[in-house]
Amino acid sequence: MRHRWISVLICAAVSAAATTACGSGGATQTADGKTELTIATFNEFGYEELFKEYEAAHSDVKITQRKTGQGQPHHQNLFTKLGAGSGLADIEAVEEGYLSQVMSKSGQFNDLKEIGPKIEDNRWLQWKTDAVTTKDGKLIGYGTDIGPLAMCYRKDLFAQAGLPSDPEGVKALFTTWDSYFAAGDTFIAKVPGVAWFDSAAQVYNAMHNQHETGYYDKSDKLVVDTNTAIKADWTAVTGAVAKGQSARLGAFSNEWNTGFKLGKFATKTCPSWMLGVVESQAGPENKGKWAVTDAFPNGGGNWGGSYLSVPKQSKNAKKAAELAAWLTAPEQQIKAFKAKGTFPSQVKALDAPELLEQANAYFGDVKAGALFATQAKKIKIAQYKGPADGQIQETVFSPALQSVEQGKNADEAWTTAVEGAQKAAK
Amino acid sequence: MTATLSKVDRGRAEEVRPRPPRWHRVSKLDAKVSPYLFVAPFFLLFGAIGLFPLLYTAYVSLFDWEVGADDPAFIGLENYRTLFEDGQFWNALFNTFSIFVLSSGPQIVVAVVLAALLNANLRARTGWRMGVLLPYVASLVALTIIFGNLFGPQYGLVNSVLTTVGIGPIDWQASTFGSHVAIASMVNWRWTGYNALIVLAAMQAIPRDVYEAALVDGASALRRFFSITLPMLKPTLIFVIVTSTIGGLQIFTEPKLFEPSGGSGGGTEHQYQTVVLYLYQSAFQGLDLGYASAIAWVLFMVVIAVAGLNFFITRRAVR
Repeated sequence: MRHRWISVLICAAVSAAATTACGSGGATQTADGKTELTIATFNEFGYEELFKEYEAAHSDVKITQRKTGQGQPHHQNLFTKLGAGSGLADIEAVEEGYLSQVMSKSGQFNDLKEIGPKIEDNRWLQWKTDAVTTKDGKLIGYGTDIGPLAMCYRKDLFAQAGLPSDPEGVKALFTTWDSYFAAGDTFIAKVPGVAWFDSAAQVYNAMHNQHETGYYDKSDKLVVDTNTAIKADWTAVTGAVAKGQSARLGAFSNEWNTGFKLGKFATKTCPSWMLGVVESQAGPENKGKWAVTDAFPNGGGNWGGSYLSVPKQSKNAKKAAELAAWLTAPEQQIKAFKAKGTFPSQVKALDAPELLEQANAYFGDVKAGALFATQAKKIKIAQYKGPADGQIQETVFSPALQSVEQGKNADEAWTTAVEGAQKAAK
Repeated sequence: MTATLSKVDRGRAEEVRPRPPRWHRVSKLDAKVSPYLFVAPFFLLFGAIGLFPLLYTAYVSLFDWEVGADDPAFIGLENYRTLFEDGQFWNALFNTFSIFVLSSGPQIVVAVVLAALLNANLRARTGWRMGVLLPYVASLVALTIIFGNLFGPQYGLVNSVLTTVGIGPIDWQASTFGSHVAIASMVNWRWTGYNALIVLAAMQAIPRDVYEAALVDGASALRRFFSITLPMLKPTLIFVIVTSTIGGLQIFTEPKLFEPSGGSGGGTEHQYQTVVLYLYQSAFQGLDLGYASAIAWVLFMVVIAVAGLNFFITRRAVR
């Protein structure tokens, strides 16, 4: 009987990894003698037209894209095939949330400084490159896009609460986390039935990522119970929850979507890609109510964005690195931005007129490109991520914060979270 | 379900055996070898996707085997030791049993009652009988997502109704018992009709003359049901109970999709994390294949034990 679910799991993993993902790694030459380069991506990287351009310029290369709909199955496939030792594409995309796991297996990826072409200094934002550089200085991936954080808020609800609601005026509310939570107190007192933010984890994760040291120190020692900054964030967020500032809606759940529609919370931590999510969830009936401003408590932050890596499994690593380097050059990333809206991580691309001119009609024609470019430059550091960092955030701290929102005592939940983190790190 | 399937397979294999080989070259070899060839696909498939994974899982469970690890370390029974000291595993086991009892128990009782009703002289009988099977035809994933919405803690329909009638909202996500009821209701919705039809088929195979004799003796409808129908249903009930035990202890899709944000924790504090869900989390989030394999083997043993126990209890109880 047991084989039933095993085969189900395998089938799920295999079929999720896109229909083409099971191809053999052996055939690297096409019939007409071209080198075949495979590249595995998820969601939309906006590369389709770029591949044609590259093939036209390099007559000896044929590019095959393996595209997976969602990030999760893509990375599951990545880790499974890393384990299996074969079957990966020549270029594998890695999302920031899974980067810590990839970095802990950095030995299975090529050092792009070693095999890649010479790349101009400072192509990427410093923190973007730092995050993908190993302790011994190896570069595991080329940065593609990023998700700089700004603050989204409901203009109409702010006005109702007597708070400033124009993009300049609200900035004072979003200078520090203290001012942010203080404004939340004012807001919920004035507008009953509407919360200040959507869920505790969405706020906490942004706070957490601003610290130089997070769950791990640089020697990969878990410091979750001794890092006072973490406990301080926890206390601040759970305190706000206790006062009723949270709408208690887990991100990306159906109820969260409903919360957007009904306007049940007034602010949202907003990476660049979140604008599209807000628009589709809040819907046309709420058009003009949401606004975004280029301020974020305690400076800036990042949520999301990816890298292109070349696993050691690749038989054409050098050519793959060349292609990856070309794709992640500012000129190409601007084209990808125009095609699919992926926000570039390249310094030069952030000054490109195409980006600076981009406006978002749903958010009152705000110049979103310029706004997020400003936010991207505010980010100073890349927090050091230990091996189980992503897992601790997703499966330990986020659920623990949610349990506080469900009524659990904050101190007990803290103990559970610390124990959970220690178990995950084992 | 597997039992019925393999029964069909066997039937087919026997059908093909006396194939008249008039237009075909007959040889002794053919007569000797071909029966084995005909049954071979099943055994090959079973070996490849049944037996091999089973044994290989046992092998993997003896290692500290992380996905992508270069050379996994042999640690003997250490994974099992950790497992038996792991509070989350016992919690998952409790959840699994709780959901199993809440689903299989009512389900079988209702299925027998439904079957008895469908066995009565009804207008549009086939329509009713097909009707109870409809939930089974619906896609499991779609069904689970819809139920997840219905049981939404803040904007769900169930809570709206409960508030209207004055019971007040229940946090189906936070409460352990509440979440188990919600998940069990998905299982019941899907499987009750299916089991009712199996029981109905068995009911119709009960010889009429037994009932006629009882009628002549003056037995009431209730007495006939308890003294004739139920005892005669015994083999079928055993089958239904054993299959629903196997399915119930392996429950995965419902609790997985019941988690609003799509995680595998089974609630913020694992309120409804089942054993298979914990296994999935260990393997594909924790990437700890050795530990996950140990969970798989322990679950395998538990399923065998419980199915066996159910088998003996039902054999005794329904006399």
